[in-house]
This record gives sequence, structure tokens and C-alpha cells, in this order.
Amino acid sequence: MRTEELIRLMAEDAPGVARLRPAVLSAMAGGAVFSALLLVLTLGLREDMAVMLFSPRVAFKLAATLLLAGLACRLALLAGRPGVALAREARVLLLPALVLGAAVLTELAVLAPGVRMQSLIGAHAGFCLFFIPVLSAVPLAALLAMMRRGAPENPAGAGAVAGLAAGSIAAAIYAWHFTDDSPLFVATWYLLAIALVASAGAAAGVRLLRW
Amino acid sequence: MGVTQTARETEWASWLRLSMEGDAQAYHRFLMALSPYLRSIARQRCFAYGAPESEAEDIVQEVLLAVHLKRGTWDPERPLGPWLSAIIRNKLIDSLRRKGRRISVGLDEVADGLAAEEPGEISDRLDAEQVLGRLKGPQRDIVRSISIDGASVRDTAGRLGMSEGAVRVALHRALKSLAAIYRGDA
Repeated sequence: MRTEELIRLMAEDAPGVARLRPAVLSAMAGGAVFSALLLVLTLGLREDMAVMLFSPRVAFKLAATLLLAGLACRLALLAGRPGVALAREARVLLLPALVLGAAVLTELAVLAPGVRMQSLIGAHAGFCLFFIPVLSAVPLAALLAMMRRGAPENPAGAGAVAGLAAGSIAAAIYAWHFTDDSPLFVATWYLLAIALVASAGAAAGVRLLRW
Repeated sequence: MGVTQTARETEWASWLRLSMEGDAQAYHRFLMALSPYLRSIARQRCFAYGAPESEAEDIVQEVLLAVHLKRGTWDPERPLGPWLSAIIRNKLIDSLRRKGRRISVGLDEVADGLAAEEPGEISDRLDAEQVLGRLKGPQRDIVRSISIDGASVRDTAGRLGMSEGAVRVALHRALKSLAAIYRGDA
């Protein structure tokens, strides 16, 4: 086919543009709504949430997971765009890292040495590692499907960012049910669960996000 | 680094912006302006890595298809240059790697191509009938009608007794199939 003829074809297809941003946004919103409903319908919200919302540890847990989810979603919106330096943009993740680090230090300072280990291990560590990935499955699948419209320069990195976004959306939802509120617990088990989802996203990205 | 904001880039960006609102003529202008630029880069690459120059047109068409299918990833608020450079770099690496050469294409080299543009005649590379033969029935008829006969989507719809919407969908799928044929996936 002559190049001129190919161009004629493409010009006639001008309205067939698949915009990346609304597609990725709808995947995030749809995935988050699905997983929130899944939590509410299976486990429900924590019964004392109305009161506990104002306790510093619970408020911190909710705010920190929401912050991470917001920043990770922002990265996921950029990950499919060629010409965007993703590694540089990823530096915003230092912010939640610093916030969490400060909370861990504060917690260590206020807790008696005897209860530190207990706070870290919590009551539902295994369930956290199980349920955050479960809550992230649909958001991750939706995100990867929509990011196929993108053109990531690094498919593994883009997949990892999708996993990070899905995992932190799931963590921000999970935090509304479970009662392990210590920053020590969040910094250990929540992050481990999110890292699992990010690794799964990276592995999927290598296969799904090439273009 | 990269393609700096030039008068040309601004003009191209305005055409591409219009095209994303559905302006086929602006889009045609953009693609016609882009292709000689791509051709000069592709020829340089082929020369530098010892590939026959005749392969350059394959690369041009492959990059054009990537630009077309991925244009929704360009944020019209951002400059066009870095986006375009990244697409070109990615597809050049892909294309030359597939042709079995060890290469590395730097961003600066892509940018240098801007200065070294030369007018080039348009030649056909992949044999037209061979490419068409790999498309499915209605897609093939639509592609032939628009690309070779120069008909519009509306004329093609009338000629084939299809709705305009169905022709548009099939055309879009055909372009995806063409990109897959170039990638060697189909």
C-alpha cells in the first residue's frame, strides 16, 4: 500500500480516536465502586466507625491510604502517555512514604515497648494479605484493560503502576472494615499486600501493555 | 533533549488538536506533513544500520499507524514534540530490532532528524494486494474503496450498502489489523 493511500485511510478514521484519560478514569471509578460494594456487602463497615473515625490512628489510616490511592491513580493516568518521564513523576510517592515513616516513629515513641510487637502483628495480618489483593482484582483488571489503549514506554513499569493504584484503592477500602489501626500494622501488612498487587501488575503489564 | 517547541511543532500540534475534534482535513494535513519527516529519519536509520533503504517506507508506515492508533494518549495541553519523539523512538527500535539488527536509537538522534529533512517520493512497500489479502472481507472492500479509489466513508457506505457507522467501525478495525500485520502478529 502506498503511504499516501494509508494516510487517506487514517484521515477518514479521524473521529475514531480512543482517548486514554477518560478510559483510565472510568476503570478506576468503576473498580473502586465495585470493590467498595464488595466490602460493604460481604463484611460490612466496621460497627464503631462513626466513633472511631475521630480516633487519631483510624483517621490516620484512612487518610494515609486515601493519599496513596490518589497519588497512585494520578501516576496510572500518566503511565500510558509516551514522553512523560514516569520515574520522575513517581517521586510524589515520597510524600506518603514520609508521612507513614513519621507516623511509625510517633507510634514507636508513644507505645510501651511491650505492646509494639502486638500492634505490629495485629489481629488479622493474614486476612489483610488475602483481602487487599481480592479487593484489588477487579480494579486491576479494569485498569489494565483500559491502559491497553495507552502507549507505555515501559510496559512492566506501567503494569506495576496499575497494580500500585489498584492495590492502594483496595487498601483504602479495606481500611473501613478492619480494626488493626496501628501505623506499625499499616506500614507492614498493608504495604506488603499492595506490593504483591504491584508485582502482579508488572507481570501482567509485560504481556498486556506492549504496543 | 527531544524535539524543541518550534513553529512547525506548534502548527502540527494545532492540526492534531483539530483532528481530535473530528476534523479529517486537518488530520490529513498533519499526516502528510509528518510523513516526509519520518521518511528522512527512517532513511538515516536504515543507512546507519546497513538496512536497504527500501525498508524505510515500511518503517514510515508503521510509525504512522502507531501515531494514528495511539493519538488518544497525547494530552492536547502538553507539547507535541516529546510525545512524538517517544512514539517514533519506540517504533524505530521495534521495527529495526525485528529486522534483526542490534541498535540503540537515542532521543537526540530522533531530534536531529528534524534538521535533515529532505523531500522524498512516496513509494509503495508492502505489496498492496498482499496486505489487502490479509484483511477480512468487508474490511478489505472498505480499505480498497477509501485508500485506492479515494472514496469517503459516506460514499463507501453507499457503495457497499452499509451504514456509515458500520463502515467507520470496520475501517478502525482494519487499521488495527494493518498495525498487527506490520508487527508480525497477524
